[in-house]
Amino acid sequence: MAYTLYDKLWNSHVIREEADGTVLLYIDRHLVHEVTSPQAFEGLKLAGRQPWRISSIVATADHNTPTTDWDKAEGTAAIDDPISRQQVETLDANIREVGALAYFPFKNINQGIVHVVGPEQGATLPGMTVVCGDSHTSTHGAFACLAHGIGTSEVEHVLATQTLVAKKSKSMLVSVEGDLGAGVTAKDVALAIIGKIGTAGGTGYAIEFAGSAIRSLSMEGRMTLCNMAIEAGARAGMVAVDEKTIEYVKGRPFAPKAEVWDAAVAYWNTLHSDEGAQFDTVVELPAAEIVPQVTWGTSPEMVIGVDGRVPDPALEADPVKKGSIERALNYMGLQANTPITEIAVDKVFIGSCTNSRIEDLRAAAAVIQGRQKSPSVKQVLVVPGSGNVKAQAEQEGLHHLFLAAGFEWREPGCSMCLAMNADRLEPGERCASTSNRNFEGRQGQGGRTHLVSPAMAAAAAISGHFVDIRQF
Amino acid sequence: MKAFTQLNGLVCPLDRANVDTDAIIPKQFLKSIKRSGFGPNLFDEWRYLDHGEPGQDCSQRPRNPDFVLNFPRYQGAQVLLARENFGCGSSREHAPWALEDYGFRVVIAPSFADIFFNNCYKNGLLPIVLAAEAVDQLFRECEAQDGYTLTVDLAQQTVTTPGGTSFAFDITEHRKHCLLNGLDEIGLTLAHAEEIRRYEEVRRQQQPWLFA
Repeated sequence: MAYTLYDKLWNSHVIREEADGTVLLYIDRHLVHEVTSPQAFEGLKLAGRQPWRISSIVATADHNTPTTDWDKAEGTAAIDDPISRQQVETLDANIREVGALAYFPFKNINQGIVHVVGPEQGATLPGMTVVCGDSHTSTHGAFACLAHGIGTSEVEHVLATQTLVAKKSKSMLVSVEGDLGAGVTAKDVALAIIGKIGTAGGTGYAIEFAGSAIRSLSMEGRMTLCNMAIEAGARAGMVAVDEKTIEYVKGRPFAPKAEVWDAAVAYWNTLHSDEGAQFDTVVELPAAEIVPQVTWGTSPEMVIGVDGRVPDPALEADPVKKGSIERALNYMGLQANTPITEIAVDKVFIGSCTNSRIEDLRAAAAVIQGRQKSPSVKQVLVVPGSGNVKAQAEQEGLHHLFLAAGFEWREPGCSMCLAMNADRLEPGERCASTSNRNFEGRQGQGGRTHLVSPAMAAAAAISGHFVDIRQF
Repeated sequence: MKAFTQLNGLVCPLDRANVDTDAIIPKQFLKSIKRSGFGPNLFDEWRYLDHGEPGQDCSQRPRNPDFVLNFPRYQGAQVLLARENFGCGSSREHAPWALEDYGFRVVIAPSFADIFFNNCYKNGLLPIVLAAEAVDQLFRECEAQDGYTLTVDLAQQTVTTPGGTSFAFDITEHRKHCLLNGLDEIGLTLAHAEEIRRYEEVRRQQQPWLFA
């Protein structure tokens, strides 16, 4: 029988199955951060339960942590907001009490966005089930993992039992064949797929991304793509193992070594869909059709090529969709039919679990070429995904390029992707952002977010408005 | 967990598609380390005219009179009627916590985002998927009639209108059983602890690198 990659990952983790198809699924890796875990640790304690296997836990603080002035006070005292500080300190205390395979607290060199840290440390390995109380856990599917976000009750369930009660999703193959054009990145592929199938297109599915264009992506690019599977409605996205996967994992701190490595690689090389495996749904998107993307609305599916115009609600027949477009244009302060390249931005954010890895920072820096940010742009934040990404970028001198252009070079964290810390948009401000969500208020109440690739964000910072990176 | 069996509750219609969990409970309220108290900040940016921060007394804040949750006729609603892809975005369980804390026990929509859907069951909140035409009908009836209520019967898996029309809905046996009896799912899973241990032992031998 021919199995999909998803079948293989699922089947190898089923402990028991009920008559209605509900299974007990074993969890290999549990990533933990400060926002969605305190109630789970408290629940565990109140019930008098012990964690099942602490060697599955990798924890870091990322959502609340500030990106400036780390040196102004000792430890967490450098976090100004007392409620944020309490949440970070609660994680410190919980991990101290419970234990973990690894904990990277605030200011640790290995600290950073949990979905950057896991792969970087080799804590994310092919074939694993990976969960975290964060919807962007789908990122780890880039390593042929079954990886998805869970709620806090499930965080507690995994802590206590090393399992999840789950039901198998349907399978979707998203195939992108051909060569991506110059200036077209994994981010553009992700946004183009969401534009095609919609933000609910993947609901109820696990998506496998395949095709020559996907195989051509680096591991960083595949992480960007799988990261945004959730924005297409799919809890999990994944890519088969190939030599790039194995090369990326090799030598990382928590990767297997010596003869165990060889056994692991032999197994990992089986992690692909078999020839002739059947998917419930197949979506094909020719690579040649994908151009650099810019979102114009308040949902990631409200996206268009940079050479396009803001859509006109008058042309939409469906009343619910028409209402959504009108509401989005009103919130975004945009007129129908405006060329995308005429939209001016106030701020630029380069960072997030989608686009804060070294490749992303290199792409943004490469655009600058001695130029300055536009005087009309108030602020350009560059927030590396982890302490290690920051160190690597500094070793390559990228920070000098950013600083010379008038960009701000910050400490690692989630930052203005969700604006839980001090980095945020003011009401009405418009931002070119490399993050993953353009929802109302996501980057600050009243803020207006346009999702783009790192190169497109840097180019908008320099020009003061969106530009087609292919002509920049 | 609170059990859910039957409910006859006032319905509030939220006529927007793709309502995301950032809208249901904005990020600043996620800094809490508690599980309760999120109700006053449910839909905070739509419900109030000012900017909300944790710890505020919300009773004194200016309300948005155009937001449906603030309409006098929908005060005390226990059933939220919504459009497709409700609960998309962030996995924050604070979203069902806020809905439940506000007083909702049921959310009806043509479709839900997967993680939100799953989170609801852990909190005694019943998410019900009905066909788009059925949801359209409920929106029409609800907007036309003051004090519009729906009867939800979990054992029978039905939603019944005041006019007597009944819609059936699906739910897995496992979820139904847990919800009807208000069961602690962790306790149920731990009843299989031996099986989990046996599985883990085999896995440890076959893939030792996972247990390093």
